[in-house]
Amino acid sequence: MTQHIDSVKTYALVFIALVFLTLLTTAVAYVDLGPFSPVVALAIATAKMLLVALFFMHVRHSTQLTRLVVTGGLLWLAILIFLTLADFGTRGWLGVPGR
Amino acid sequence: MIRIELLTPNGHLFSSDTYNKLFTMHGVVMIFFFLIPSIPAVLGNFFLPLMIGARDLAFPRINLLSWYLLVIGGLFAIFAMLAGGVDTGWTFYTPYSTTYSNTWVIATALGIFVAGFSSILTGLNFIVTIHRMRAPGMTWFRMPLFVWAHYATSLIQVLGTPVLAVTLVLIFCERVFHIGIFDPALGGDPVLFQHLFWFYSHPAVYIMILPAMGVISELISVYSRKPIFGYSFVAFSSVAIAVLGFLVWGHHLFVSTQSFFAGMVFSFLSYFVAIPSAIKVFNWTATLYKGSISFETPMLYAFGFIGLFTIGGLTGLFLACLGIDVHVTDTYFVVAHFHYIMVGGAIMGYLGGLHYWWPKMTGRMYPEGWAKLSALVIFLGFNLTFFPQFILGYLGMPRRYHTYPSEFQVLHVLSTAGASVLAVGYIIPVIYFIWSLRYGAVASSNPWGATGLEWRTPSPPPVQNFEKIPVVTHDAYDYSTTIGEVIEVG
Ligand SMILES: [Cu+2]
Repeated sequence: MTQHIDSVKTYALVFIALVFLTLLTTAVAYVDLGPFSPVVALAIATAKMLLVALFFMHVRHSTQLTRLVVTGGLLWLAILIFLTLADFGTRGWLGVPGR
Repeated sequence: MIRIELLTPNGHLFSSDTYNKLFTMHGVVMIFFFLIPSIPAVLGNFFLPLMIGARDLAFPRINLLSWYLLVIGGLFAIFAMLAGGVDTGWTFYTPYSTTYSNTWVIATALGIFVAGFSSILTGLNFIVTIHRMRAPGMTWFRMPLFVWAHYATSLIQVLGTPVLAVTLVLIFCERVFHIGIFDPALGGDPVLFQHLFWFYSHPAVYIMILPAMGVISELISVYSRKPIFGYSFVAFSSVAIAVLGFLVWGHHLFVSTQSFFAGMVFSFLSYFVAIPSAIKVFNWTATLYKGSISFETPMLYAFGFIGLFTIGGLTGLFLACLGIDVHVTDTYFVVAHFHYIMVGGAIMGYLGGLHYWWPKMTGRMYPEGWAKLSALVIFLGFNLTFFPQFILGYLGMPRRYHTYPSEFQVLHVLSTAGASVLAVGYIIPVIYFIWSLRYGAVASSNPWGATGLEWRTPSPPPVQNFEKIPVVTHDAYDYSTTIGEVIEVG
């Protein structure tokens, strides 16, 4: 298996991008976007997550199998959140106590 | 013993407490220490490396460690249940198991906890072996379906078992340190236990049944002399079962405090998981079509598996249906359903596989006549035991009681009679297997004329499995080239 090593320059650029995105998050917090506030905040967070996973955690240069495991893990988290909300978020819909 | 007690409506033999301890012991021993390890530990450890042309599993020492852990955990749990007894049922539902039960809950849970690591290590070992140690030419889609099934099983073992371990640790924390996890008075939630427990224990059903399905795929192919119909569908259905199996735990909580909407989601997902199982059953029957079928003992078990598993699976769909489930929850209907899957499915698969590979493992043949007889006795005894329980459950007989209204007596007597027949059916193979070790006819390297790699090495295989690592040039189950050809290996 070949080991790809990114240059220091790449890492520095990613780091700067992350700092910039953090500042952006803070800046956006002062602007009232109404219902779009969480959407924008989460979009920025996702971008940062992808940067960290792809570059710092080397997913960009790893095997198909590793990528499968990474996407599988994320998908799984989404499923669990959905199932939890399917229960927790819908209690009281029918007005039966305890359900 | 349990069935004898149920002969009479009032229960003369045991007190209620003893009965509670007995059925708990039956459940714990059978599920955690027999059904979950049986096929992977006995047949998987032996044949998985052989079938992919490897000399051994990837980590032989871890394999040995997992064996020690299973034995230690098993002996510990059995000792705890005999010395102190546990009366919570195998499910350890809270708050009974955390707050009220005064029996040896922690000791038994510790035994299961230790054995759980055995399960995880076995899964890990299988996954690494399948990924890294296939013989040259053994591509993923040339692997026998037994190996695919074990791959799916291993995924569940590695991903699911830690959840059970955590759950048992939480019970320990609450019982010993009074940390509020499941007790509302301490800020916990008793239903959380049901979520955590079934998150493992529903997939655990697939840990039991998937290896058996793998065995059946082998048997059906060999004894009808045809490649499995829709090979890749059968292979992927194993993986699909493993994945979907993790998404249906909520169907055990239809009558707990789960919202109706969540109940509907889980009900739908539970119907969904039946699809890959049905794919397997239909593909097996399609394999039989125009095959040259021979009715050797393992094939009888394979037919038994298909019939019983189908009944078990279809009644599972009744239970996945919200309305019916509320009616039959915690009745004998459920008891009958899971025995059809676990005994009718997993044990039939285990016995079928054991007969099929017995000549390879020991180098001796078993007596065919007796074997066929016992297969028949088991099939009849099983149905006589558990079919009446469907009716009992539908009529409203709840599980885990040793007394019942007298109108249920006829069905209970039938069921007990069936259990006696079943017991005889299980004792016969034990006797003739031991007998065959010494007196059985010496087996050739390939008595069934099968295509798998395990049949290309002497019976029993040498320590290194193969004289020379084989090179694979055909798909699995390629009977076009080997019909009637018996490969002799010196
Ligand atoms: Cu289930």
